[in-house]
This record gives sequence, structure tokens and C-alpha cells, in this order.
Amino acid sequence: MRLSCPLCGDRDRREFYYKGAALRRPAPDADLDVWHEHVNLRQNPAGPLAELWYHEMGCGSWLTVTRNTVTHEIMEVALASTSGLGGPA
Amino acid sequence: MRIAGKGLTQGAKSVNFTFNGQHLMGLEGDTLASALLANDHHLVARSFKYHRPRGILTAGSEEPNALVTLGTGAAQDPNIRATTQELYEGLEARSQNCWPSVEHDILSVNNLAAPFFGAGFYYKTFMWPAAFWEKLYEPMIRRAAGLGALSGEADTDAYEKAFAFCDLLVVGSGPAGLMAALTAGRAGADVMMLEEDSRMGGRLLVEREEINGKPAALWLAEALAELQAMGNVRLMSRTAVTGAYDQGTYGALERVSHHLPRNHSLKGSHRPRECFWRIAAKHCVLAAGAIERPVAFRNNDRPGVMMAGAVRAYLNRWGVAPGERITLFANNDDAHRTARDLAAAGVHLAAVIDSRHDAPDSDLFPVLKGAQVCNTSGGKRLESITVRSVRGEEKIQTDCLAMSGGWNPSVHLTCHLNGRPTWRRDLLGFVPQPDAVPGLRAAGACNGTFSTQGALCEGAAAAAEVLEALGLQRHGAPLPQADDAPYRIAPLWTVPGKGRAWLDFQNDVTVKDVTQAAAENFRSVEHMKRYTTQGMATDQGKNSNVAALAVLADVTGRSIPETGSTTFRPPFVPVAIGAMGAGAADQGFKPQRFVTSQDVAEERGASQLEVGLWYRAAYFPKQGETSWRQSCDREVMYVRKAVGVCDVSTLGKIDIQGADAAKLLDFVYCNTFSTLKQGRVRYGLMLREDGFVMDDGTTARLGQNHYVMTTTTAAAGQVMAHLEFILQVLRPEWDVRATSVTEHWAQFAVAGPKSRELLNALLDQPIDSEGWPFMACGEVSVLGVKGRLFRISFSGEEAYELALPACYGDSLFRSLLSRAEGLGGGAYGMEALNVLRIEKGFITHAEINGTVTAQDLGMAGMLSKKKTFIGQAMAARPGLVDPDRVQMVGLKPIGAVKELSAGAHLFNPEDPVERIYDQGYVTSAGFSPLMGHTIALGFLKQGANRIGDEIRLVDHMRGLDTLCEVVEPVFFDPEGERTRG
Amino acid sequence: MRFSGWRVLKEGLTGNKGWGPHWRDPQPKREYDVIIIGGGGHGLATAYYLAAEHGITNIAVLERGYLGGGNVGRNTTIVRANYYLPGNSEFYSHSLRLWESLEQELNYNAMMSQRSILNLYHNDGQRDAAVRRGNSIINQGDDAELLDRDAVRKLAPYLNFDNNRFPIQGALMQRRAGTARHDAVAWGFARGADMRGVDLIQNCEVTGIDVEGGKVTGVQTARGPIRAKKVALAAAGRSGQVAAMAGLTLPIESHVLQAFVTEGVKPLIDQVITFAEGHLYISQSDKGGLVFGSYLDFYSSYAARGNLPMVEHTMETCVAMVPAISKARLLRSWGGIMDMTPDGSPIIDHSPIEGLYLNCGWCYGGFKATPGSGNAYAHLIATDRPHGAATKFKLDRFRSGHGLMDEEGTGAQHNLH
Repeated sequence: MRLSCPLCGDRDRREFYYKGAALRRPAPDADLDVWHEHVNLRQNPAGPLAELWYHEMGCGSWLTVTRNTVTHEIMEVALASTSGLGGPA
Repeated sequence: MRIAGKGLTQGAKSVNFTFNGQHLMGLEGDTLASALLANDHHLVARSFKYHRPRGILTAGSEEPNALVTLGTGAAQDPNIRATTQELYEGLEARSQNCWPSVEHDILSVNNLAAPFFGAGFYYKTFMWPAAFWEKLYEPMIRRAAGLGALSGEADTDAYEKAFAFCDLLVVGSGPAGLMAALTAGRAGADVMMLEEDSRMGGRLLVEREEINGKPAALWLAEALAELQAMGNVRLMSRTAVTGAYDQGTYGALERVSHHLPRNHSLKGSHRPRECFWRIAAKHCVLAAGAIERPVAFRNNDRPGVMMAGAVRAYLNRWGVAPGERITLFANNDDAHRTARDLAAAGVHLAAVIDSRHDAPDSDLFPVLKGAQVCNTSGGKRLESITVRSVRGEEKIQTDCLAMSGGWNPSVHLTCHLNGRPTWRRDLLGFVPQPDAVPGLRAAGACNGTFSTQGALCEGAAAAAEVLEALGLQRHGAPLPQADDAPYRIAPLWTVPGKGRAWLDFQNDVTVKDVTQAAAENFRSVEHMKRYTTQGMATDQGKNSNVAALAVLADVTGRSIPETGSTTFRPPFVPVAIGAMGAGAADQGFKPQRFVTSQDVAEERGASQLEVGLWYRAAYFPKQGETSWRQSCDREVMYVRKAVGVCDVSTLGKIDIQGADAAKLLDFVYCNTFSTLKQGRVRYGLMLREDGFVMDDGTTARLGQNHYVMTTTTAAAGQVMAHLEFILQVLRPEWDVRATSVTEHWAQFAVAGPKSRELLNALLDQPIDSEGWPFMACGEVSVLGVKGRLFRISFSGEEAYELALPACYGDSLFRSLLSRAEGLGGGAYGMEALNVLRIEKGFITHAEINGTVTAQDLGMAGMLSKKKTFIGQAMAARPGLVDPDRVQMVGLKPIGAVKELSAGAHLFNPEDPVERIYDQGYVTSAGFSPLMGHTIALGFLKQGANRIGDEIRLVDHMRGLDTLCEVVEPVFFDPEGERTRG
Repeated sequence: MRFSGWRVLKEGLTGNKGWGPHWRDPQPKREYDVIIIGGGGHGLATAYYLAAEHGITNIAVLERGYLGGGNVGRNTTIVRANYYLPGNSEFYSHSLRLWESLEQELNYNAMMSQRSILNLYHNDGQRDAAVRRGNSIINQGDDAELLDRDAVRKLAPYLNFDNNRFPIQGALMQRRAGTARHDAVAWGFARGADMRGVDLIQNCEVTGIDVEGGKVTGVQTARGPIRAKKVALAAAGRSGQVAAMAGLTLPIESHVLQAFVTEGVKPLIDQVITFAEGHLYISQSDKGGLVFGSYLDFYSSYAARGNLPMVEHTMETCVAMVPAISKARLLRSWGGIMDMTPDGSPIIDHSPIEGLYLNCGWCYGGFKATPGSGNAYAHLIATDRPHGAATKFKLDRFRSGHGLMDEEGTGAQHNLH
């Protein structure tokens, strides 16, 4: 598997760390249900999934990657800093 | 038998080798199989289950029968295909899985018991009495099973791994592969052409035919010369592509020195035995050819029964006729080439049997049309076949039967990403589904195009498509002209009749087994495979799967495509673990990280501990000390009574700078850092987002917008990634950067009542307790070298950590040690560090084990209520703040046995020692020389409320059962007076 | 038909013509008392125990492919009961006891072989963790022993004791652990269930779950609708997909785990061996193949196949720890879809929908759980009360934080368990 890092170009999967689905962080005072959903529950689609990868052995960028979990096709890679996943402060 | 004037080995040097101890001679360029056949040696092996005599079936890596063992001792290499092993001077090969010899194999009695060894028989028996399975039946089965033997010794050969990148990967160097490589190479593409065989050319090496009006061999030589002259084309022979993976990644195995005497690949020599390649290819042309399949008829497994294409290969490439009276049995036109070539070479052809009534005639030999071979006889070598036709049955004397049930395109790689092949009725074979592997195009025989002309054409066309995708211009060279005969075939999978007709030769799966499996309702092809072991041998069904599928389809009344196919999975050819694991042998498994004090530690004979990837000194033994405990006790007392020096550089150090640095720390730690004064240090605790404790450490504020964070050694990487996650994903708008500086600084703890005295002897500016109170930090200089000093303590003594740039680490450690020794102290290692911190109740990852909360650690008060931080919401879950949870406590032994041990469990003294009464467990234990007994930390249910209670500690593993007293987790100087000095 | 050595002998003498089908291929009925979605090990075991222990036989097991085609057919066949956290301890203990009598119970030789497991440790921290685990196992009533380096060397002399990046210090051993023939486990349960009247329906994909008024009423399938009083999920890696048909979101990510087998070689590795450093578990099958695996590939996947980095990592661990198998050749690699939970432990529980039951989240420990899972799940379905050995496998624990069973201590990141 290879990912195209926006900063480094096409690189082997072994340079990257995988975190999981790219989810927007809830507000700090959100309901326990909301936090439970964020931390534990997963849509877990068989198909395209937005997820977070970290170019640990490369430039150190956190990336949002849209990847098909059935075919492993990678549709999009972007710097996670532009993804707005931080949620309300 | 070698035929004069035939083959590419003509005029080659002779090569001596032995087989089962017998001295034989072959030629350079021979495989072990061709050399054995040249020596008229047919009995090579025994089958897996029935131990039937077996000869050489094929001329390629798909060989199911002729597996041998090479070498002895650590070099012993089992399951080597005689058909791919190149001959070298002094090669010693022997048969395997037979005893006492391949000629006389005791376990061939299994053959007599075959009626009881049908498909899945073992699932139905060996159950009584129950204990006998492990004591008798299974050991018997295990001894009989397996093929060759490993030596049991560590491998002494060298292996390598490598990466490669190209525009176009061409898999196979037959006509399709060559044309693809030529077309792409001429256009300037970066091409790699990989060939499994020792020579490039594929079927062109083994067929008599013409290209562009000249012998194919000549055209091949010219094509290869042209490719070799191109700087943009890499040709690799002896390299099999083993797997297709995502985004154009391919695995390939190069057999670098299997063709050389073994000392060429020993560790330390200049070449490895094998190299495993990881190839990133923008495009791939699969030109892997096809594999001929046997026909299932009674006793079709005797030595001397071979594939027709293989017989042709042995004749044309190696000049070897595998028999003196050869017969041929086929259902397709292609096989007739074997008869023609044999006849042309003057080999006696006893009969050509074709199951088709419309089989082509020949001037050179009579063809028995509409006839079938229905049995063979002979012991260790084929003696005769029985042919059934409208005339009835007749026996024909023959010592070699060339058979062909047609060809299976080598679609394997196209299925590695879950692609399913498509059935072609005209070919009676599976062809690749287009685009089954993104970027891969199949061409030639593997795509179901069997003629040479068709292969040339498809290879060129596939490359042209690749060039277009690459934006390269195709050169208008004309396509070479070659034979374009159509592939004609009629179905013939099995010949009906009594007796056993083999499908999977190695695993001894017969038509009866498949039929029986279907009768037992193992009708799914996967069920049939698993129940009969069909296709699970070392060839993974390359020879037999399609025929077995056809049998299953027939008995279940379905078509072949309805019946489906099993899944092709990597690797295409088996790969030595040593090749894919190259580099990991001995110390190579993981990088080694050394602290700057490593040399001193070694000079002093310190015992080393692995801590993650780091090595740290466990203790520094002195002369006369006979156990680690003596050294450890002494080192603990250095710190308690004088001064000790310990390398703490492995702790993660993260430099944090920027206007929002304080915000970051407030967010990542559960306690507050924005209020920390400059020049001060604070202990911090960080949680995971799920509310459990992630890590702890101290963070120093060096400037208004400048902090340096320390993490535990274990979590340094995790915390760094976590900070980057916050900075890039959660709070990209913050103006702050974090950089790991763990390796930039050599940092030493200087601990003990005389620590300041020691430091003042070394620092350019002396320090005092008022200027440097507990938890102070700042810049210092040592002999003009700027460094940092932190007054922090992991021992409970007055202590400092002094950090200088790593290049000064060695000399700093030496200076610190010599001065410490002058003050009655010295170096201390991890063992003493551990005791010192247990005495003070300081935690490490023995306590922060991933399942504890701040409350469990007695640190609930650190969870700030005035700000938000990572983990805050989930830490409030009822289960994490339940008062019934465990809490950290200290444990002191009472009673006779003064021992405690980590990993022991805790029970109320009156309760039985059973899981349901479990009260907690011990995380850390160590002998405190101050107290004269072992002390421990642990987690106990509602521990904070049970100080003073008696608790029973049970360690079954170490045979320890003792009472102890629950105490506060601080054994020494609870007020911290010593720390403050 | 009862299987026995005599039967094999008799059939052998009469041309093996008397063997009947292992199971029928019935047409689905319009309605069942219980529908089990998933004909893998757990689903089949559940059907078997419902019939054998609870007398419920009006059951259909709906399988979209072939029986036993999921993870029960693609694992490394290890059976053990060496967990240390409450919840897991008693469950795997129960499961191991069922394994020990499985063949007699099913009249099917699943080749359960208690060849023992050695969990090697390489440093003091790992040793203390092994001790804690060993003590838990004993306290549960199962067997465990702590072996020092010499004792390990005696049992497994082929390991790398002399020049190892992470020297072997000792091992935690469980003698009652071992391996079983994975396919046979599925077939044995299938045959046992079929004999008791359970309808095993292959090639019957469930496409919808019918819920009326908060209560399950049946399922939609590729072969038409089927009504049922109770519907029980046993879909492993596909659990999230199936649960979504009922509008449920589960705390599960599906990940690929690869496994490997080499060409057959003569017996070398007698036990199951696992390494704490680098993670490797390896045993040798009765056929001679070395069977082993390591971590997940770590990315979410339904592809049931993996990539080279984890293949190579696994081989590197082999080379480092068992250099004597360096010349064994990898014959086949495959992938399974693992239903990973936030604490690495499973769920056997009611769902929020009445009559719909959950059995999922087995991460990569599902094979050893097969009989225990089926047994406990059958109990839950039949009685609507959790089985005594599976009271802690609650769905709600992730929300409440009560009774999390995070054996690895890696927290709520699904792929780290």
C-alpha cells in the first residue's frame, strides 16, 4: 500500500501510522452520549472512509485520507490541519 | 538420456553432482531435474500420504513431485524443486519424506490402506479413547507428515531485502513480456523485466519455432541484446514476482546464489542467498504464461508420466529425452508439438493418443483418435499404459507418457487483490478479469492468448497502453511475425474407470476423494478443498485445481463457473522466511539506541537492560560483589547517603515554543501549566481521550513561550505523535511548535545529600538552595558549555538533572562520576533507580499500565476543573470515578516472610484465593536497603480507605504467600523534606 | 450417522459408498424461532448449543457464503485460556473446558491438541506482567507455570537464546493450551446442529433486518423474507454492516489480520510459542506447515488480504526469534476481517432492539472462544439472561466505563488491541 503525502510525495505504507476514522472532536461539555459516540462507536463502512494517518517516518504530517476499505483504493489525501476536526474549544 | 545435437546445453561443461549418494554427471545449464532425466533417473520422491513412487512431472516451479533436500547441517534446505534447482559442481541432493530410502519406503504400506484413508477420514476416527489422540494418534500422524526436514539449527546464510521503482514492471520474459519490454524500453520508459527462470525467453527457450523467419532462439538473443543495451531497462532473471499488493506494489524473490555452491551465500560473503524485492511500479504487464494441467486417469502418478510441455522442454532446451519409448496422451493440438519434436529428434514415439475424434493427423506418427489412457502399470518407473478406444483396451509398452489436459493461464497475480478470474469455454480455462489489479495488464498466454504471434501482439499492445498513460511516444517498429495457430481443445478432465486417478499429486487427492467430498455435501469448492486438501500442497493447486473443480462441477451437476474457484493468494512461489525477514537475524531485529554513557557503562562492566529500543545500565558491579542485589543496595545508599549519578537521557524531551505554548500544555495535561513561572518545573499528568492515564513527566518553563516537556522513556514516541495530533488536527490555529530533542541532550540525574556539592565543583557558576529551590530550572554552563539544570527528584533526595548537548555526554558522565566517587558516591543504574522511586511511591509504566485513572493513582485532584483538556469528558464516566475501583497503595510485609513480588495478587486474609475474591495486584516490588525488607506498590480495591489493613499477597508463580500491611505509597520521608534540602 | 474407527474400516472395505452428507441443504422455511446471522464458528456453535442444551431446534443459520468460511476457516488455530482480567478469565476458562470435551460431544475429531503454549518474556517488566497473568489464571482455576530461561531452552531448543536483540528470559506456560483443526470445528458444530434439526442455509445473504415497534420480526435475505421471533448476530468482521440494517452503530472497527503457513516440514515446533517483543505466535500443524501470525495491518479493511509491511514484520520476528525456520518457505498468506472493539474484548449481549442479540467484537481472539461463545450466546438467546461465564461482555461498558477489559492497556483505539 502506498500513500501520496502532500509534502513528500508517493511513499510506502510502512512510513505511516494509522489512527482511525477522521472524526470531529465534540465540544468539551457535550453529553456523555456524544463523547461515547466519538471515542467508541464507529460507522465502519465497507467502502470509502475518511481516516487519519500520520507520516511518522517522513515529514511528521497528520493526514486525512479518503480510502476505500474494500478495495484499498486511495481517493484523496490532504493535510489534516485543513480538515476542521478540532471541534469547538 | 541426452540426445546428441539437441538443446541449449550443447557443448556445455560437465558438472558432477550426487543424488542420494550416487555420483552423477550433468551439464552446465542443467536443472537437477534435467540432469537426473539425462541420467535416466526417474524415481525421485514419494508422495505425501500414500508414499507412492514419484518422478518428475513438470519443468517449472509448479512441480508437485520432485522435491528434494539439499545440504546438511545449518545449510539443510528442504523441499527444493528439482525442476528449478540449477546444477552446480558438487551439488548434493537427496530424496525426502521416505525411510529408509526412496527405493524402499516403509510408509508405502499406507498405499495398501488407501481405502481407509479417503477424504476426511481423520475427522471420523482417532477419538477413542479420548486421551489417545495426543498420546498416540497425533504423534504418529505428525511424524509421518511434513515433507523435508529443517536442520533445527540457526540459518547461517545471508539474505537481503531491497526496494525498486519503475514505470513498467514486466512479469515474465516470453514473447509477450519481451515485446512489452521492447516497446516500452524503446520509448524511454523505466522498465524492469523479471523472469523466474535462470534464462530469459520463457517458452521461446523450449519450443521449436520461427520468428520473423528465423529460429526463435536467434530472435530472442537479438531482443535481449537490444534490451540489455538500453540504460532504462533492468533485466532480472531468477526473480519470481510473488505477489501483487495495493497501489502498484509487487513482491519479488530473487534467487541470487541458489545456482552456486553454498559458501557463496554464507553470512559475511559478498552475496546473499536470496533477495526479496519490494517493487513500486506505476504499471505492470503480466506475461506469466500458462501452466499445463494433467489428465486424471488411473495410476497417472507413476514416475515416467510427465507433462507434454515439460517433455518438450527437456528435449529442446536440455537435449534430454525422458524415455526411449515415449507415448503421448492429450486433448488439444498444442500437445502434438511434443510428438513432432520427439519425432524430429529421432526419439521413438510408441503412440499418440488423443481423446478427440477430430484430432489432427500427422505424417510423422500415427494418432489414435477418440482414445484415452485408462491405466498405467509399472513400479518405480512406468512400464506400460492401457489405452481404451472403440477397439477396446490395449496395452502399450512405454517408459514415458507425455500428457496434456490443456493449459491454465497463470492468472494468479491478477487475483491477489480479490479479483476473480473468468471462465473461457473455448479455452477451458480461467483468464484474468481486466483491471482486477489496478495498473496491471495481462498479455499472452496468461491472458488466454496462446499463440506466439498473439503473445507478441498483446505484449506490444499492453505496453503501448502503458506508454500512453505515461505520456511517452511509441516507436513505430513493426511487430515480429510468428506462428499463429489456433488453440484447439476438447474437454477431458478425467478418464472414467475404477481405481485411483490422481488430481493433486503431492497431497494424494484423487477423483474419488472429490466425489466422496461432494457426496458428504462438501459441495462448495472451498469445502471440497479443505476436506480433501486438494490444492493445499506446495504447488497450491497450480497443476490440479482446475481439474478438481471440473470434477466437482461434474458430480454436483453444475457448470465450472457456477462451481467457482478457490482463492489465489500470495506468494506465487513459496518464499523463504529468511528472505522476507532479511536483516532481522541476531541483533538486527530492531534498531539499537545507546546513551552517551554507554562506553563508561561497558568499561565498568555494567549489566545492560533493554528499555524499548534503548540500552540502559542496570547496575555497576564492584569487585567482590556476587549478586546484582549487592550492587543495587550499594547504589541506593549512594543516593541516600552521598550522591549518585544516573543517565536519564532516554526520557523523552520535547521542546515546545510559540505564543500558544501554554495553551497546548494546558490542553494536553490534566493540570495547569499556563500558571507555571518561568524558571520553574511542574509535574504533569496527561490522559488519553478515553480518560485513562497516558503518561506523566515534568515540564519546565524556560521562557515566556518556551517549555521543555519530559515524557517517560516508553511513551516518548506516543506523546510526540499526540502533541502533533493536537497541533495539526485539533488546534492547527495555535501558534506553537513541538520538536523532539530527546537525542540532542545528554541528561544525568545527580541525586543525594551531596548533589549540590558535586555540581558546584563542576558548574562555572556555583548554585545555592535559595537561587535554585526545588523545582527550579535554568541555564548553566560547564567549562563554558551551555546546558540546562533542573532541580527535580525521582528519588526523594535533593537532586538535579543536568543536561548538556549530547556530544559532551561521555565526558560529562566521566566528570560527574569521578567527583561523585570523591564524595563517597558513584554511578547508579536502573535497579537502584527503581528501588529509590518505589521508596517514594513515584510511578512508572508499571503503574501507568493503560488501565488506570488519575483517581486510581491518587491524583484525582490534578484533574483541573478550571479548563478543558484531553480526556476530561471521558474521565468523568461513572466507571472511571467509581469509588469501588482500585487505588494505588504501598505494601509492607508482615509475618515471617519478608518478601513481596510484582505480579502477585491481593486477597482479604479470610477469603479463599479465587478470582472472585481478588482485591488487587502488585505492580512494583524492590528490596529497600533502608528498611531492610522488600517494599511494594500495588493497586487495591478502595485502597486509599484501607491504609493499615492486613492483606494477603499470593504469587503462585513464585510460590509466595504472605501477609502484608497496606500503607501509604510513600515509604520514606513522606513530608519531602530531603527533596527540598 | 455415527463416526468411528469401525465405520471408517467398514466403509473402506465396501468402497466408501455409505458416507452420507455432513449436513442437509434445506430450503429456508417461512419462519423460525431463532435466526442466526452468520454460519461461522460462533454462529454454528450457537445453533448447536441452542439445540443440544436448550432444546430449541426451529433455528436457521443464514450464511452468505459457505459454512465456516469466515474467520473460523482462516486463523492460526490456537486455543488457550490465559487471560487475566475478570470477565475474560472466567469466559475463556469455560471455553477451554468445552474444548476439552468437544470431540466426544460432537462425535467429530477436531484434533484438539493440548500441546501447551509458551508466552515468552524478554525483560523484567514483561516477566512481572506474565506473573500477574499467571496468577490470574491460577486464581481462576486454570493452569499456568512460570519457566525460566533454562526451562524454556529445554522445551524449545530451536529458539534464539544466544544472539537475540531481545534475549529470552523465560516464559509463562499453559499446558492445557494448544491447537485445533479449525475447519473441523466449524464442520463438527454444523453437523451436530444439522443432526438436531437446525437448518443451515448457505449462499443466503441477509439484506435487511425487520423491526416493528422496537421488536425484531425477521430478516430479508437473498432468498426472500424469513420471519423470526429472535434474531442473533454472529457476523464477526461484518457485524457493523449487519447491525446497521437494524439501525445500530457498534463500537467496532473492522481490520485485516494476516496469517501465514509454510510448506510442510518434519516436526520441529512442538508447542505454541508467542513472543512479547514484536508479537509473533507460531505453531506447527499436524500436516507439517508452520502456522503463524503477528499484528493487524492496522488500517480498517474489509478486503480479507493484507500488505507487505506486516508480512515482512512477521517474517522478521520469525528470523529474530526462531532462526531455525529461516529456510522454511512461506506457502500462503491470507487475511481475515477482525471486529475490533475499544477495549479488545468481546460483546455478548442484548441489543437495544427486543429480540435482537449481539455477539461480536472478538478482535483477533475469536477462534479459541468458539465453543464458549456459542454456549454462552445460546444461553442468552434461550433464557434472556447472560451465561454465568459471560456476564461482563456488556455492550454498555464502553459508555459507562464500568468493567472495561483492556488486556493490552492501549485504550479506546480499536486497532491497538
